[in-house]
Amino acid sequence: MTDPLNPPPRKNPQKRTRIPTRPMPMRSRAALGLAAAAAEGRFMLQTCAECGTVQYPPRDACGACLSVELNWTDVSPAGHLIADTTVRTSTNVYFRERAPWRVGTVRLDVGPSAICHVHGDVAADDPVRLVIKLDKSGQGVLFALPQKTTPNMEDDPHMREMTCDPKFRRVLITDARNENAPALAQALADAGASLIFVGESEAWRPYPHRDALEKTANVKIVPLDVTDTASVAELAGEIGGKTDILVNNARFVRPGGIMDRGDVVFARDEMEVNFFGMMRLAQAFGPAMRGRGADGDNSAAAWVNILSVYALSNMPEFGAFSASNAAALSLSQCLRGELIEGGVRVMNVFTGPTEDEWHQPLPPPKVLPAALARAVVDGLREGLEDVFVGDVAKDLIDRWRAGPKILEREMMDPGGQG
Amino acid sequence: MSKATDPATLLKGLAQSLSSGAIRVIDLTHTLDPDFPVIVLPPEFGQCARFRMEEVSAYDHRGPAWKWNNFTCSEHTGTHFDAPVHWVSGRDLPDNCVDTIPVDKFVGPACVIDCSDGASKDDDFELTPEIITAWEAEHGQIPEDAWVLMRTDWSKRRGDAYLNMREDGPHSPGPTPEAVRLLVEERGIRGFGTETVGTDAGQGMHYTPPYPAHYILHGAGRYGLQCLNNLDRLPATGALICAAPLKIKQGTGSPLRVLALVTDDGGEP
Repeated sequence: MTDPLNPPPRKNPQKRTRIPTRPMPMRSRAALGLAAAAAEGRFMLQTCAECGTVQYPPRDACGACLSVELNWTDVSPAGHLIADTTVRTSTNVYFRERAPWRVGTVRLDVGPSAICHVHGDVAADDPVRLVIKLDKSGQGVLFALPQKTTPNMEDDPHMREMTCDPKFRRVLITDARNENAPALAQALADAGASLIFVGESEAWRPYPHRDALEKTANVKIVPLDVTDTASVAELAGEIGGKTDILVNNARFVRPGGIMDRGDVVFARDEMEVNFFGMMRLAQAFGPAMRGRGADGDNSAAAWVNILSVYALSNMPEFGAFSASNAAALSLSQCLRGELIEGGVRVMNVFTGPTEDEWHQPLPPPKVLPAALARAVVDGLREGLEDVFVGDVAKDLIDRWRAGPKILEREMMDPGGQG
Repeated sequence: MSKATDPATLLKGLAQSLSSGAIRVIDLTHTLDPDFPVIVLPPEFGQCARFRMEEVSAYDHRGPAWKWNNFTCSEHTGTHFDAPVHWVSGRDLPDNCVDTIPVDKFVGPACVIDCSDGASKDDDFELTPEIITAWEAEHGQIPEDAWVLMRTDWSKRRGDAYLNMREDGPHSPGPTPEAVRLLVEERGIRGFGTETVGTDAGQGMHYTPPYPAHYILHGAGRYGLQCLNNLDRLPATGALICAAPLKIKQGTGSPLRVLALVTDDGGEP
């Protein structure tokens, strides 16, 4: 078992906040396939289309037959630890600061052997399951875990480096008025978040679930309106230095595309919240989070956006809303590039139609707040970058990968499954 | 023309009185603040834009020697003026937009009807013809082409007490249709002003016609002022109101600075 993590002590104000250092950046273009798999929590390796060899590390050609027809395929993560050691120092500053660090060689049942990070609960010769995790440089790296879950295994220090576990972290949920706010707050509280700030806009306007939200453990309702730059800056001034995880659930949605709306009033509101809201939050909270990526056990860890899966391919019935989410998705990629300097992860949670007033006439399946909240917490615990929640989102990403142009046409067809 | 009523002398006297403090200027305006409440409509309708400000530069790399902001808001955000074109009943009237209303309509006398006692006891307090005639019995008949301002002390409310929104919508005081008809059709007022978010009561949609102040005032080419402040500092009669909206092309209203000129003795005749 792993020693359970203790609640982090209050910060010593006489100590300088450590500048985040990072492990090695991109190893090769081929190796980025590992990052793509890790982003979704999949275990994928290159498989040769001609001879069937599964290979590691990733290369541009098959090591067995020299074919360049290499497909990234989901393969069995089972294997055995055949050798292990502990690195006690390193010329790399990141590992030097975190030594000792356990590494080992795992022989995978599907063929290759791989040098990987090793969880503290794995003993020599143990069967293991490999996972691919994103490290603080955003690179996909292999991590050997015990075959079965062990007590407190998520508290393993190497593991915590690769994940964004909410345990003992302080979270900001940006929109109390969103119907999903109570479920998000509850799920994060259950996951051990020590403090959950929830931003409330327009306190002069009541909303039904305020009492439930206020009664949730560790919740503090704070003034925040993502459309008001001054309000975002003010809250960041107050709590920016102790926001470890930011969950941006602010969303403005109205049905309609271009011509049936006839004006840009709602479209502006959609952009103000869904696009500029993220930008305002990033300008106010981003710098402090980036600077606190290595600030102890409750370092800044993750930025979560809840996006419509129609950011990927426009859904005409919600055409302008889809477009605002496409803009937000693009902006999140920019943010990912800026926050990675501090080792802070940007996780996008893509959802299909949600169970709320604006999607009321749409047929099920629709994503319930509790399901969305579970996806957020699970994604943080696993350290993911891209999460697709619900059947609609999962189906859409599959179709998008199969052919974005075909999907575009399907979405336009009113009789289609869009 | 006697010297006392000679316009040049009057204007000079006004300037001297303002300078000496014998005539004081009272600000009837709320600060344009991003968090100031605006009217809330059912969400499928377009909404009133809140006041927002983005800093363009502040003596920095974006502009080394100057500070300035871009701001956005609705024509009907904060303390604001309603032109006749704002309502469907006034859509076809001549000179019904803020840019075409004759400018002399922006300066004029005000009668202040104190409903603060009733409004403190009843959130849905109504201004009725009886209250108006009772006021006139004390202060004289409301003169033609005057502003009538309904004082409720609602401007002192903060947060959610201002809109006072409940399951069945907002609850705030306002005039009955009969009261508005009396003011418009019999007294010939210039406009009607309130401290609440609109000239109509919070539950004004349930009158016939719905929103009688908007419907009757604007249908007759009269004006509205809402979200007024400091009406408790005005005398019942004798104040002079300066309420000039921005000259927005075909504008239906405008945030504005509303000023009242009052005399030290309260302006009572």
